[in-house]
Amino acid sequence: MKIMKLAAITMAAILPVTSAFAGFPEKPVNYVIPFGPGGESDITARHQQSFFKGKFGQDLVISYKPGGGGAVGWSQLNRMKGDGYNIMGINLPHIIVKPKQKNVGFKTEDISGVYMFHYTPDAIVVNKDSPFKSLQDLIDHAKKNPKKTIFSGSGKGTANHLAQVRFDKMADIKTTYVAFKGTGKAVAALLGSQVSAEWGYTSVGAKHSDKVRMLAVAMEKRHPKFPDVPTFKELGYNLVSGAYRGIAVPKSTPEAIRTKLSTMIQEINADPEFQKKMENDGMAMLNVDASEYDAFIKKMTGIYLDAAREGGIIK
Amino acid sequence: MIENLLQALTLFHVALALGGVIAGTVIGSLPGLTATMAVAVLVPITFSMPPASALILMGAIYTGAIYGGAYAAILLNTPGTPSAIATTFDGFPMAKRGDGDLAVTLACLASVVGGIVGAVFLLILAPPLADVALAFGPVEYFWLAVFGLTLISALSKGNLLKGLIGACLGLLLSTIGVAEISADVRFTFGSEVLLGGIETVSALIGLYCVPVLIDLVATSDKHLKVTHAPKGFRLIEALQISWTHKFNLIRSSVIGTLVGILPGAGGSIAGLVAYSEARRTSKNSDTFGQGEPEGIQATESANNATVGGGFIPTLVLGIPGTPPDAVILGALLIQGVRTGPSLFAGDGSIVYTFIFGLILATVLMLPTGLVIGRYAYKTIITVPKAMLVPTVSFMTMIGTYSIRNSVSDVVIMVILGVVGWLLNRAGYSPSPIVLGLILGSIAEQGFVQAWTIGSATDNLIGMFFGRPIGMAIILFIAATFFYPMIRGYLIGMRGNPNED
Repeated sequence: MKIMKLAAITMAAILPVTSAFAGFPEKPVNYVIPFGPGGESDITARHQQSFFKGKFGQDLVISYKPGGGGAVGWSQLNRMKGDGYNIMGINLPHIIVKPKQKNVGFKTEDISGVYMFHYTPDAIVVNKDSPFKSLQDLIDHAKKNPKKTIFSGSGKGTANHLAQVRFDKMADIKTTYVAFKGTGKAVAALLGSQVSAEWGYTSVGAKHSDKVRMLAVAMEKRHPKFPDVPTFKELGYNLVSGAYRGIAVPKSTPEAIRTKLSTMIQEINADPEFQKKMENDGMAMLNVDASEYDAFIKKMTGIYLDAAREGGIIK
Repeated sequence: MIENLLQALTLFHVALALGGVIAGTVIGSLPGLTATMAVAVLVPITFSMPPASALILMGAIYTGAIYGGAYAAILLNTPGTPSAIATTFDGFPMAKRGDGDLAVTLACLASVVGGIVGAVFLLILAPPLADVALAFGPVEYFWLAVFGLTLISALSKGNLLKGLIGACLGLLLSTIGVAEISADVRFTFGSEVLLGGIETVSALIGLYCVPVLIDLVATSDKHLKVTHAPKGFRLIEALQISWTHKFNLIRSSVIGTLVGILPGAGGSIAGLVAYSEARRTSKNSDTFGQGEPEGIQATESANNATVGGGFIPTLVLGIPGTPPDAVILGALLIQGVRTGPSLFAGDGSIVYTFIFGLILATVLMLPTGLVIGRYAYKTIITVPKAMLVPTVSFMTMIGTYSIRNSVSDVVIMVILGVVGWLLNRAGYSPSPIVLGLILGSIAEQGFVQAWTIGSATDNLIGMFFGRPIGMAIILFIAATFFYPMIRGYLIGMRGNPNED
């Protein structure tokens, strides 16, 4: 009886709030990308942009706040107005690893995530004419020549780097990872044969399909665009990883709005047209909504921090 | 090809090219509003266009913005975009002595030549030239940055020590913030303001523009000397100068194209390298830095040539040559256009229509650039100081803020401005500092990457000194570094033929 009463009071408290936000969004929504324009975070946001307008009748206005590998934007997230009209892109492993390295102005738990909508799976990419025909070729070479198999990749403490650290351990090999500023330059180093292979993403395989091939992708199942490329799992290595992207709101945003936003992003994600565009670019869809966000971050934190410690990125 | 040319000349495309160039020139002339931003703002508009039209519009804005950067460089000593840094070296001295109108017209001619040379390379040689971009590994970028740093000896005439101190300051500034490739947080002193590092454009505005503004307030002199009533464009005069130094224009345009091809180098380095080469090979190398028209020609043709050059890796390899190219590439991806050599082969209608559109936009830059340039010059010389200073100050704040939507950058800009003014009074010029800031991170990345690869393969010396392109750059470094001494020696020999 008491519980019923409590539930009734709670309902009464929540209901008017929900209905007050029923018309959301009533004006354009400001979508901040904490990176510069032209990167994958930007491109995937641009994909969402047109669907958002089509489904909810309001513009999604994209702006950029680059700096510090995203840290500048995230450190200012909670100072923005929490009315649902300010949302910001979030990226894993960045928001988990960065705050553990040093004080970067925010903590992982400061970020109030709304939805994780896709990830770009890690993949080992080689040139078309590379002597490595299969993942086993690469592992054999690395076993015989410790440290001499050189990978390019985007940044340190990033998805690419952590995948390298984890895979070296799983396959019991020692390879060298060279960090480049962004995927574009890591690919250029691969195409120019400055390195033997790249720890890249499935999107690299999609974008440069005429020049490169992938030895394996870090997904649960094969990517629909690349039915011939095996997953690491199939080959006996339990590696499912990549750059995960989602959306967060300032902490002060009412829960009802956070939930509403979560269903809106979900609705875009469920659109087959949107999925087709994303998968064509080499992305993999992901659906982690507002209620599952905390558990997801907790799970990923364990995996990433172990790898980061292994790789000497954090102490 | 003819078909593509005709497609590029439809009324719609001519209108896009013209509108794009005008908008780009105006945006580029405002300090802080960069080509990257101009293109990024446009992206949503291009979604509703066919890919070739979208490319023409973005290409036109981009090329206009690179040229527009010259106005602020010449008339206010403030590079409107990073590409125009080296334009300040001779542009502002020319304006100071009353030749601002001539300098603006020269810059316009040079930009058109550079733009066309870059676009022609893109048209004819794109796929083979894209391989050049790939031949450049980390160690080559490292040496290229060092080559850029040798310019300090040229920029700090009379006082090399102060130049070197300035460069060291710049190198130190470049290490602030989250390091690009090691992800270390350095020299932020626990402050969030410094987390994002010193943003290049805000540093440019602070170090170059703020001292000019302070001096304007502190002295009763007019901003620019006006020796004559503005008399037209001074086009004939500018054409004569351009014709006399046509080899400088062509050489600088080729340098600009080649540097533009290298992802991670960009317009600022193209301008600096072209400037350095023009100065080294010119008969008038002593007047460089004091208002030498050849200096403006070199930098302005080179930076506009990077537009065409930068599109080469962007369209052939899908790897952006310059920051605005990254935005354009993103827009193309969303349109569903796949880049690659196939774009250029067979039914390459999109790409050839675009290249002709880009050439069209560059040609249209001549009349529009002259008119806007003249208007900008007239405005700057006629507006009273009491209005000029607050207006420009306001623009610098807005411009600096808008780069990363960051108040921290405005704070850093103002502090660097005051520091720059004090250093200026002590005889330290801003250019070595800026050079250190821009080249520091490129050199650092190249060095760390080359060192990692070199030590993993047990071949450090071969990595740094055993690669052909790297060796060629080292030779250029040696030539630039030792040339003043050798030249002095030669002049000494020739100057005293009857000595013994």
